[in-house]
Formats: sequence, C-alpha cells, structure tokens
Amino acid sequence: MDNYSKHEHDVLIIGAGGAGLRAAIEASAAGASVGLVSKSLLGKAHTVMAEGGMAAALSNVDERDSWKVHFADTMRGGQYLNNWRMAEIHAQEAPERVRELEAWGAVFDRTKEGKILQRNFGGHAYPRLAHVGDRTGLEMLRTLQDHGVHQGLDDYQECTITRLFKDGDRVTGAFGYDRESGHFRIFQAGAVIIATGGIGRAFKVTSNSWEGTGDGHSLGYEAGAELIDMEFIQFHPTGMVWPPSVRGLLVTEGVRGEGGALKNSEGQRFMYDDIPPLYENQTADTPEEGWRYVTGDREARRPAELLTRDHVARSIVREVKEGRGSPHGGVFLDIAWIKEKIPNAEEHIKRKLPAMYHQFMELAGIDITKEPMEVGPTTHYVMGGIRVDPESQMSTVQGLFAAGEAGAGLHGANRLGGNSLSDLLVFGKRAGEYAASFANEKGISDIDPEEIHRAEQEALDPLKRQNQSTSLNPYQLQFELQDLLQEKVGIIRKEDTLEEATKEIEGLAEKAKSVAVTGNRKFNPGWHTALDLKHLLTVAKACACSALTREESRGAHSRIDFPDKETGYWAKHTIGLRKGKDGDMEVVKTPIPEIPEKLQKIIGEQG
Amino acid sequence: MTTATFNIWRGDAAGGEFTEYTTELSEGMVVLDAMHQVQAEQAQDLAIRWNCKAGKCGSCSAEVNGMPKLMCMTRMSDLPTDEPITIQPLKAFPLIKDLVTDVSWNYKVKKKIAPFKPRQPDFEDGSWEMHQSDVDRVQEFRKCIECYLCQDVCHVLRDHHMHEEFIGPRFLVYSAALEMHPLDTEDRREDLRETQGVGLCNITKCCTKVCPEGITITDNAIIPLKERVVDDAYDPLTKLVQLVTKKKG
Ligand SMILES: Cc1cc2nc3c(=O)[nH]c(=O)nc-3n(C[C@H](O)[C@H](O)[C@H](O)COP(=O)(O)OP(=O)(O)OC[C@H]3O[C@@H](n4cnc5c(N)ncnc54)[C@H](O)[C@@H]3O)c2cc1C
Ligand code: SF4
Ligand code: SF4
Ligand code: FES
Repeated sequence: MDNYSKHEHDVLIIGAGGAGLRAAIEASAAGASVGLVSKSLLGKAHTVMAEGGMAAALSNVDERDSWKVHFADTMRGGQYLNNWRMAEIHAQEAPERVRELEAWGAVFDRTKEGKILQRNFGGHAYPRLAHVGDRTGLEMLRTLQDHGVHQGLDDYQECTITRLFKDGDRVTGAFGYDRESGHFRIFQAGAVIIATGGIGRAFKVTSNSWEGTGDGHSLGYEAGAELIDMEFIQFHPTGMVWPPSVRGLLVTEGVRGEGGALKNSEGQRFMYDDIPPLYENQTADTPEEGWRYVTGDREARRPAELLTRDHVARSIVREVKEGRGSPHGGVFLDIAWIKEKIPNAEEHIKRKLPAMYHQFMELAGIDITKEPMEVGPTTHYVMGGIRVDPESQMSTVQGLFAAGEAGAGLHGANRLGGNSLSDLLVFGKRAGEYAASFANEKGISDIDPEEIHRAEQEALDPLKRQNQSTSLNPYQLQFELQDLLQEKVGIIRKEDTLEEATKEIEGLAEKAKSVAVTGNRKFNPGWHTALDLKHLLTVAKACACSALTREESRGAHSRIDFPDKETGYWAKHTIGLRKGKDGDMEVVKTPIPEIPEKLQKIIGEQG
Repeated sequence: MTTATFNIWRGDAAGGEFTEYTTELSEGMVVLDAMHQVQAEQAQDLAIRWNCKAGKCGSCSAEVNGMPKLMCMTRMSDLPTDEPITIQPLKAFPLIKDLVTDVSWNYKVKKKIAPFKPRQPDFEDGSWEMHQSDVDRVQEFRKCIECYLCQDVCHVLRDHHMHEEFIGPRFLVYSAALEMHPLDTEDRREDLRETQGVGLCNITKCCTKVCPEGITITDNAIIPLKERVVDDAYDPLTKLVQLVTKKKG
C-alpha cells in the first residue's frame, strides 16, 4: 500500500514564511539536510504582506536607542506577561539579523548618512523600524527566498502537512499531501520546526491571507505540545471597512507613523481623550506636540495615535458604539491633513506610503492624499502559540520546535508593531540552529505504518462522504465558524457569550465530521478547505477556552465582566492548554518566570 | 440584485471547456470575490491560486476577458457585465487545472541566475554606506511580486515558446536589480547574452503595460541591460577598463 512518496531529512520545516526560511538557511548552514514544506508557492507566504517594517535597535536615526530600550518597550507593550528571556534575546539579536539581510541583498530605505532608515511605530520609544516604503515583508521574504534557494535545501511547494508523527515523546516526522495532485508524502525527520504563521482566518474580518488557519498551532497541540497565551489575539485598529469586499484589509500603522490622525465624525482627535497611565509619560499632550515628534523633534513625545494597538482598537470601538463613527462603521484616518504642515504633502505621502495610496485608489476609489480613509479593527495577529524554550525554541515535545507567529512568549498580552518581522529572524535562526543540532545528536527514527495509515484515512474521509445525503459544504461550515468567533470571541468579551461560543464550537466540530467534498484529489480547494477545518476548530476552541479562563482585562484581551487589569494572580500567570489523556483540552496555569534584577532595573529606568 | 455571468475555463492538461456560472454582485467586489462565491456555492473544486487578496503576493494571476490581470485587484465595476466575462488561466505556462498553471519553470530559471555577491562591508558591524539616490532604481525593480503577468504577455514566451532560450521580462528585471545593486560584484553579462536571451526582446513593451506594480520593465531594466551587454561584447577597451577598475558604470 505504498501510494505515497517518502522523504528523509535531518530537519523538516513546515512553513516558508520569514521564520521558516530563516530557520532553513540556518539549519542548512549547520550542515543539516533540510526539507522546507509550504502550502503555497515559495515567496507567497503571508509574510509577503507585512508593510510597516521590522523593529531593531540599530540606533541609526536616534542614537539614544539601544537593546535595553527595545527590551523595555516590548515588555511594557506585552503588559509584562512576556517571557523576559525571549524579549531580551530578541532585542539584543535583532540588529544583527537585520544587517544580515542587507548582506544577502535587501535594500532598505536610507538615512541621509547612507544607513538603514528607521521609522516610528506604536509603542516604540524611538524610530526603530527598518523598512522599505510599505512593502517591508516582500523585501524580507524575497531576500530570504533568493538567498535560501542557493543553500542546498529541498523545497516542497504547495504541499500541506496534516499530521505529525511521534515515537514515544519524540516527534519523528509528518504527513502531507500535494495540493496540485493530491499525492501523499511522508516526511521522516530528526527534528521538525513549525513555522506555519497565524490563525486570522478563524475570524470573519481579518487582514490575514488564506493560509492563516492555525495549522501549526493545531498540529503541535495534537502532538502533545502546550499552547499558551491563546486569549491574546491582536485586533489591528486600522483595517479597511469599505467596500465590504475588502473589509479587514490592513491599513499600515505606518500611516500613523507618518502623522496620520484618527478622527471621529465630529472631527475630534479622540485618541487624546484617554491616555492609559502606563503611557502617560511617553505620550504627547496635544496633536501639536505629536506632530513635532513625527517630524523628528527629540523633545516631543509620541502622538496618541501611536499608543499600543489594543488600546487604539478599543478606543475606535468606543467611538463607533457611542455614535461618533464614520458612515460605514469605522472612524476616519486622515493623512491628507499634513498638507497644512508641509509643502509637497501629496508627493511625500505617495513616496512614503505607495501601497496604501494604490490600495485605496484601486479598491475603494479614494485618494488618500486628498480625503480621509475609513478604518476599523481587524483580526491581525495571534500572540499565543506553541510554548517554546527561549534559547532553543523547542516545544514541550522532544524534537518539535516552533518559530514565528506559531511560537509564543515574546509578545505577552500585546505585540508591538514591527516586533514580528524581527521575531521571525531572531527565533527562526535559533530554531534552525538548535533543530539541526538536535537532529544531529539524535538521528532519525522510524514511523509506525499504522500511523501512516490513519493519517491517510483521515485525509481521504471528506472525499469518501461525497455521496452521502447528510453531507455538508466545507465552505459553509468555515463561514459559520468565522461568524461565530467574530461575534463571540472578538475584541470585547464576556462570560456568557464565551460559554456559548465554546458550546457552538463543539457543535460545529460535530458537524465537521459530515463535511463532504465533490470532485477528486487534483487541485481541489473544497477538499483543502475541509481538511483545514480541523485546525480552525482546534484554535477556535483554544481561544475561547483561554479567554474564558482569564478573568481580567489585559492587553489584547478585554472582558466587560472583568474590565480591570489585575495586579495579583493574573498579572503573574500564563494560561496554557494541552491535550489531555482523554482527548479533552486541559488548562494549565503557569507562573511567569521572575524577571532578573538587572532587567527589572532596565525596565525601571525606561519609566 | 445585480448578477454577473462568467465563462470560466474548467479542465486540465487533458482537455476542458468554458463553463458558464452566474453569481450575485455586491459593492466593491473584485473578480477574485466572484470566483470565491462561485466556488462556495456552485463549484467546490474550482481550482484557483490566491493568498493575500491585496495585490501583494502575485498568486491570483489569470486572464480576464483576455487581459492578464491579478483577479484580486480587478474590480467588477470596471468590467462590462452585459455579456459573460471570460476567465481563463495564463497561457504561457502548462495548465494544471482550471485557473491554476504550472509556474515551476520560473523558479528554475531564477535559480540559474548568479546570486547577489556583495563587496566587503564598509563598516566593522558588517554594514555599508548606501544613499537613497543609489538605491531608488533597484528598489523599483524589487517591488516585483512575481505574478508572472509580464511573462504571460511576452510574445517570445507566449507565442514562440522559447522557454529554453529566454528568461523573460520578470527575470530581466531581477537581473537588472542585481546588476544595478550598488554592492554587487558579480558579472552576469555573458550569461545574459549567451544563455538568457536578452537579445531576443524586441522592445514591444507589452510587459511594462501589464505590470501591476508599475515597474517600467522595458525602459528601466531591459534597455539598460541590453546596453551593458552590447558594450561588454563589442568594446574591448571598456571591458579592460572595467576589469581593472570597478566593473559597473
Ligand atoms: C497585512 C499585514 C501586515 C503586517 N505588517 C507587519 C509589519 O509591518 N511588521 C511586523 O513585524 N509584522 C507585520 N505583520 C505580521 C507578520 O507579517 C506576521 O506575523 C509574520 O509574517 C508571520 O510570519 P511566519 O513566518 O510566522 O509565518 P507566515 O509568513 O504566515 O508563513 C506561514 C508558512 O507556513 C505555511 N503553512 C501553513 N500551514 C501549513 C501546513 N499545514 N502545511 C505546510 N505549510 C503550511 C504557509 O504556506 C507559509 O509558507 C503584518 C501582518 C499582516 C497580515
Ligand atoms: S518588451 Fe521585450 S520582454 Fe517585454 S514583452 Fe516585449 S519582447 Fe517581451
Ligand atoms: S515585473 Fe511586474 S508583471 Fe512581471 S512578475 Fe514582477 S510584478 Fe509581475
Ligand atoms: S491574491 Fe495576492 S495578489 Fe491577488
């Protein structure tokens, strides 16, 4: 029954976004044979969409910046639930990772002195984001891809992994199918790295590409790895709201970094009305001071529009709820106003934000150099993911590593913009390095043929059901799930609706068992959607379950029944989830590691 | 309620035909939305490639009423709906199924182009001094999202099928980005001339017209490359001077 091909690699990497590619380059450099698998074509991963930039304390624009400030900013942004060691490593290693990209051919925007230019972003004390206009992700992904393909790795494009294999407590490989032909592949590997990105597609309104179905989260969970922080989902404050077909599409924070003003229907800069105490010292008192900051006045403080994403998103929801929203249920984001301040504003906007200019021109018929945009929150990023060791990125399962958005710990309760791209590089590299040495030490072990058989059956089930009368359409079920999460596990949460959500997710999981698809195995998106459902349902359940458990409001997690941030128990615990022996989802609350004194001091100094 | 009717190519390498589908329209809809609607409601197994639905990944290329387009950036309101809209796969590549083609040739071609090879760093931390004016042109080329619409429309590939002799506009842009990169020290001129077919381009500019990123493929990338290659081949003195000094002008 050998109707599949078999491949052997020291390191198998699932996902070819920034994290997967960076890991692949590192593992290859360490001498490992690397298999790089991705559901889409190489160079198309979600990372390509990143716009604003990658955060690294290069200190090219403001010499007061340093890894210490970056570290403190990251911890404050994450409301101190971050894994401090990851935040420290990230801040320390990011600059080198960015310079490395330049050595591989990336061409960042430049300062007057001919160095890598850095821009302002929410929650960062100094201009810190290395960028290329508003297409930084493309630059990063293409650089890694073009460098990576010459490092001797084997790539398997448009191949979807549906299951991990284990032997005892160690991971041994994975099962997947080619999208093009439906052909099955077995990967036997010494170590496996999950770099599958996020879960945005679990929600109706999202900035994420179709790939964000949480596959890695769910593959890891099924294999026994612990997930943490799943209640923290970042709703980016500025997604497009009109027309309906582009609802959720991202409007980069770079617009606000360049001076874009958030206004309600009364023309008021409402972000100045409510500045959280944690940020009072760092935030401008008036729009005037905010503008001075944008133009480089070092004495000025950040505009209120650049407060952290969780806060800005909630403020927008408040304005809309209280009747001061824009015609299509958002608020106004105005960059055109800067023409009052600078000559050639039109040209400046087109040069700094070319993709945004085109996006609005082509998809909404709006000229952002002349009119304000309409924006509202959109599901953007998941802080939660697979719990990893901060040094090696190994999960709680032997030989299973995770990096990038699928990993967790760095961002705590809220991620700062720009900290993801740098996360991919820093921890992608580490995952590649440690996975290679793990594989080298432990070798490759066999895969149980029984497990292979089970994986095959599971993949074929939806096709077998196609003539049953009870069968359900996979797309319809996916839409139902997206509506459910949007409504009940969204920006504002409360106990009864979260409980309802949990029950309804169970119901959908039951229904998913009778999903059937028409057609055959050859490039059949209906079949692919049916197989993704399992992952979406697992992450949906994980989010709802964690959100119900955390009885407070912190960072991206807001409960109207527990509106305050706790200083006791919840300030010191992360919520973990793992698959129990009976197959149920178990909640594990773990105290966060104590921050060492020298780092405490750094946080203190940054006020 | 307004609707639109599509003639969508259904089939694979073995054969196929246009099939008619009618679907509802809503405000702001793009062609990709309509395809997804057809998929969800009438043809579950309709093969489409897409990722971002934001014009950023270059996956959703197809021919809409005969024009190579990104489906996610083509608004329904810009198309006439009084007659069926034809949607078919790119023509320059082998068909896999429905709207999906085999673009692997592009990856093979790219891998053969000599990679970036930087000069020694200017500073101890491994970085270089480069000014915005030095990188403007290269940044234009690096906007490419690899949608291969330019490859699809270029007659050398589309009609003459010279995939062995010609790398196509996309990879001439890529080569130009490397050749004009201020830090690069590699010399790709012989390859361009001998095996990559820069001479086969006869400057029809069709590629430039379809590029969704607005890259001035012909004028800014191909013509300067042609000039370099010619200088290199016919002017031994320039070649000598370039060898002893820095190679690029
Ligand atoms: C519009 C937008 C703008 C953003 N802008 C910024 C920004 O300016 N700065 C910043 O720091 N962050 C930004 N982010 C966030 C950042 O882009 C992402 O968090 C990051 O790119 C995730 O990278 P990754 O490598 O973890 O995964 P991804 O890039 O999502 O890649 C996932 C990979 O896994 C593969 N995969 C998934 N499941 C499977 C499976 N089952 N089998 C095989 N392969 C699989 C996919 O094919 C893909 O190759 C932005 C996000 C969005 C949506
Ligand atoms: S200009 Fe050259 S590369 Fe472009 S389409 Fe015409 S022949 Fe092809
Ligand atoms: S050059 Fe333009 S048309 Fe050609 S692949 Fe790149 S983006 Fe597409
Ligand atoms: S889906 Fe990415 S360009 Fe159209």
